[in-house]
Amino acid sequence: MSTLFLPAADLSPPGTGQRDMRRLIARHRIWDRLFGLLGVLALLFALLVFALLFGQMLVNGLPQLSWDFLTSFPSRRAASAGILSAWVGTVLVMLVTALVAVPLGVGAGIYLEEYAPKNLLTDIIEINVTNLAGVPSIIYGLLALGLFVYQFGLGHSIAAAGLTLALLILPVVIVATREAIRTIPQQIREGAYACGASKWQVVAHHVVPYSLPGIMTGVIIGLARAIGETAPIITIGALTFIAFLPPSPFGQPGQLLSFEWLAAPFTVMPIQMFNWISRPEAAFQANAAAAGLVLVAMTLSMNAIAIWIRYYFRQKIKW
Amino acid sequence: MKLRRHIAERGIEGLLLLAALVSVFTTLAIVAILVWESVVFFRSVALLDFLTDTQWTPLFDDAHFGIVALLSGTLTTTTVALLVAIPLGTVLAIYLSEFAPFRVREVAKPFLEMLGGVPTIVYGYFALLFVTPLLQRIHPDLPGFNMLSAGLVMGVMIVPYVSSLSEDAMRAVPMNMREASYAMGATRLQTAVLVVTPAAFSGLASSYILGIARAVGETMVVAIAAGMQPSFTFNPAEPAATITAYIVQVALGDLPHGSIGYQTIFAAGLTLLLITLLFNIAGHVLRRRFREAY
Repeated sequence: MSTLFLPAADLSPPGTGQRDMRRLIARHRIWDRLFGLLGVLALLFALLVFALLFGQMLVNGLPQLSWDFLTSFPSRRAASAGILSAWVGTVLVMLVTALVAVPLGVGAGIYLEEYAPKNLLTDIIEINVTNLAGVPSIIYGLLALGLFVYQFGLGHSIAAAGLTLALLILPVVIVATREAIRTIPQQIREGAYACGASKWQVVAHHVVPYSLPGIMTGVIIGLARAIGETAPIITIGALTFIAFLPPSPFGQPGQLLSFEWLAAPFTVMPIQMFNWISRPEAAFQANAAAAGLVLVAMTLSMNAIAIWIRYYFRQKIKW
Repeated sequence: MKLRRHIAERGIEGLLLLAALVSVFTTLAIVAILVWESVVFFRSVALLDFLTDTQWTPLFDDAHFGIVALLSGTLTTTTVALLVAIPLGTVLAIYLSEFAPFRVREVAKPFLEMLGGVPTIVYGYFALLFVTPLLQRIHPDLPGFNMLSAGLVMGVMIVPYVSSLSEDAMRAVPMNMREASYAMGATRLQTAVLVVTPAAFSGLASSYILGIARAVGETMVVAIAAGMQPSFTFNPAEPAATITAYIVQVALGDLPHGSIGYQTIFAAGLTLLLITLLFNIAGHVLRRRFREAY
């Protein structure tokens, strides 16, 4: 490497110097090419890991993946076990998470961008959001165990899990909302004020609708992260063997909606997968691979939707 | 009418402030719960024992509470992970920011983002059932649970995180610095290594530190692939539990609320929170500095 950083100018006599200079430049160009190659290799390595990760799960899990796998309960016999209770649990937990995290996160983002005065409290909130984003997810699990499960008496329920994951993705939603709002030009707000709009009307009729693509992207990425979170759910003591479904949200006949399911014990996709990974039998590990495929398909398709929304609207909106 | 509108406006502002305060309450609640249970824990275990004992066997008759036995696991897996993530992440960042053609970058960035979006449990599965058998082929004595495989996979998992933060830092370096360097006859690599990297140094450092914080707090990969048996060792070829893996192990069992075993996970959690907080604050201070530089 030492020749790489020699100063390009040297003190050779004219004539020979030009040739030396050419050689020196050629030599430096080789290093350039080599680094370019190294970069491509690093990218290919990442691609290889991804291919192996996927390939391994496909080879092991695909034979197990069938309609029955999606519509059966977990079982002591690997061949007839399925993920019905797991994916239903995931959907219900995500419903709670979204219903809590979206209003809170978007509200907080709007407050920080549009309302917050420059004072100590605002600084505290901002620093706090940044720090919360760096708190390991298992710590949220401990918070939930102490607070939701025991203090609030929610037990090992869908409500407790949903609330935990909502707090976990709150920083993601807040940051996405703020970034989306920040891209809206000031003239939009001034125009609305000039027409006599109140502050809230400016926010609700202009700022929020225009920043919706960015907010949606953030929400989807947050939920995709929540779907795969395992550690906090394990910590609140979620059971791993659940061979029944929570009560239906649509309740008994004659009842419009029922909220019994909120208090029901549950399992979710990553917990079911963890449960199968920890079994020594190869047949259960094949089930784990199949569950992993479904899980990865869920998160990656959500991420893809988020990337698409961002890409599509970035092209469409020109202020 | 005007008054009513004023009251409504005020009410809405109050609600939005409350939403923003939820994050503050969350932090307060985290600290309160961890400290509260830890205080009870430290009433029965001396702080000195906690910090100096090298055994962690809270559920045995002969109970020992040496957090060092868990910290060694955390430190070892984190080190292995960083040995993968820092070189790979830095090369990728330099390549994507300074070398890659526009087309490559447009494809590579979402791809890396996707790699970062894969659930950690899937990486855990990969470590235990693919990487470990692969390593055993090279080194047949390797136990089925080992910190090496967990650390390697964790490193790959953190690469997108390190590379995207580093790349942001390098792209924030103003173009005229590069142009000045090219004008002096420097090549791309010389410009990247001798001009852009030093200018973005605090940003790169912050990406490494935030990467460390993630590795320390990562749970599922280590819980699955490194085993859950606490042991005071720095040998990556051995199984050992990390702080996070221990919390998972206890949570999987059925510990009664209020028992000493129940309190240990909060003491372990408090230790973990303090470590990650330290790294996160250092990372953000550095990050802020590079942002202000230009």
